[in-house]
Amino acid sequence: MKYMIMMHTGQDATEGIMNWSQQDVKRHIEFQHDFDRELREAGEMVFNEGLTFPDQARIVRHDGKGAPAVTDGPFPEAKEFLIGFWIVDCASPERAYEIAAKASSAPGKDGAPLGIPIEVRPIVGPPQADA
Amino acid sequence: MADRSIEDLLRELAPRVLAVVARKYRDFDTAEDAVQEALLAAHLHWPADGLPDSPEAWLIATASRRLINMWRGDDARRRREEQDWTPVTATAADESAADRDDTLQLLFMCTHAALTSSSAIALTLRAVGGLTTAEIAAAFLVPEATMGQRISRAKQRIHASGEPFRLPSGADWRPRLDAVLHVLYLIFSEGYASSGGGELVRTDLSKEAIRLAREVHRLLPHEPEVAGLLALMLLNDARRDARTGPHGELIPLPEQDRARWDRAAIAEGVELVSAALRQRAVGPYQLQAAIAAVHDEAAAAAETDWPQILALYGVLERIQPNPMVTLNRAVALAMVDGPRAGLKVLDTLDGPLAGHHRLAAVRGHLLEMAGDRPGAIEQLRAAAVGTPSAPELRYLLTEIARLRDGD
Repeated sequence: MKYMIMMHTGQDATEGIMNWSQQDVKRHIEFQHDFDRELREAGEMVFNEGLTFPDQARIVRHDGKGAPAVTDGPFPEAKEFLIGFWIVDCASPERAYEIAAKASSAPGKDGAPLGIPIEVRPIVGPPQADA
Repeated sequence: MADRSIEDLLRELAPRVLAVVARKYRDFDTAEDAVQEALLAAHLHWPADGLPDSPEAWLIATASRRLINMWRGDDARRRREEQDWTPVTATAADESAADRDDTLQLLFMCTHAALTSSSAIALTLRAVGGLTTAEIAAAFLVPEATMGQRISRAKQRIHASGEPFRLPSGADWRPRLDAVLHVLYLIFSEGYASSGGGELVRTDLSKEAIRLAREVHRLLPHEPEVAGLLALMLLNDARRDARTGPHGELIPLPEQDRARWDRAAIAEGVELVSAALRQRAVGPYQLQAAIAAVHDEAAAAAETDWPQILALYGVLERIQPNPMVTLNRAVALAMVDGPRAGLKVLDTLDGPLAGHHRLAAVRGHLLEMAGDRPGAIEQLRAAAVGTPSAPELRYLLTEIARLRDGD
């Protein structure tokens, strides 16, 4: 079963990492590095990417007439932004939650787990075989 | 011959076989598919049956049979309507034509102006480099079906352009060679940029680009820019092992452990670029190689001959003005005349490189040199927000933390 595991962050959090100590930054990067490697070694990683900061996001709208409108995104009302995602192929929803829990506990300031909310969504797959 | 692996032999023969078959049947697109199938057949048969007497003739014959079969297939009618498909009777002279012309013709074809650079790269790697579509897809981290489509559309474009399969002549020659060198440089850069991306197994594009540049240099030994490009690749690739740490983190040039640089590659690069420069036809690749050589020949970062690098960037900027070259010259100038001089040059780039993450990163670096820590942090933050590169982002975040910690 494939799942998309999404890490969201508030703009404060992106500001956050720029206010950590060298040791905090190093520890966080190594955690992410090891986390990705474990998923690959477990044969569960399908695809993962980090996204650029939301400053680079643009919203495009097109009503089918004239030129598309490209505006600075994200929506002003949004509190949280997608910052990275993993697509994993794992045995059960429980395992997907386990992976998400680990992503959530990435170390932040002074090594304390961040507890970032991580969204887990099953990916719509091929038709189920008839039982 | 016997001590070389079949793999190497096939990759060496692939462009020659393709050139012969493409010329014989005047159909580059189908010839390319047919040669791929012949290579696959060789992969399957040769290890078990041993090498044929003439591997090249075997591949040409097999690919020709495959091509005829493809022509007889469903789309044969369409093809016959499109072109006169009578096979050209190959003369003996044709068959034994120097492989020089074959490989060069292929390179000129694959870097045709009608192609986007990503298509030209893919086609060059497949037709001249002899890589499989799967290997190229893995190298660029895209699905194999996507890469297959990219390659086949590139071949259709060439077919539609009606370009005859022959070497460009006269006035066409120089720009076409420039296009070939540019594509090889892009392949190298892609490998160079991605080698810091962790432990994902990717086809080694840098090594592939070097192999292809060596081939072009062998075919065109008197072209100084070809030698310059090969030297540039070798002199940059020599630093590969020192450029990244255990977690794929970027280690900038001044902080690299120079004991880990590849001395043999440096010696070869230096010799190549020195010989090229003696031909008195200086060009951008030779200049960039010369700059890389100055860095590589310094026993320690502090011993770098910055005045020499500054002079070389000055020449490069004159013959090929470009904001990125100016950016690098600003760094060299800061090392020679102090950070304020460099920052003055950066101010001239606020128009052409407005909001560019590299400009912010360099400005942050020079502000730190000038003792303006808060200014440096502000610039590095702008660079971190703007960079599209994961290793560079991690590097910048670490640098920001270092400045804030007051180290």
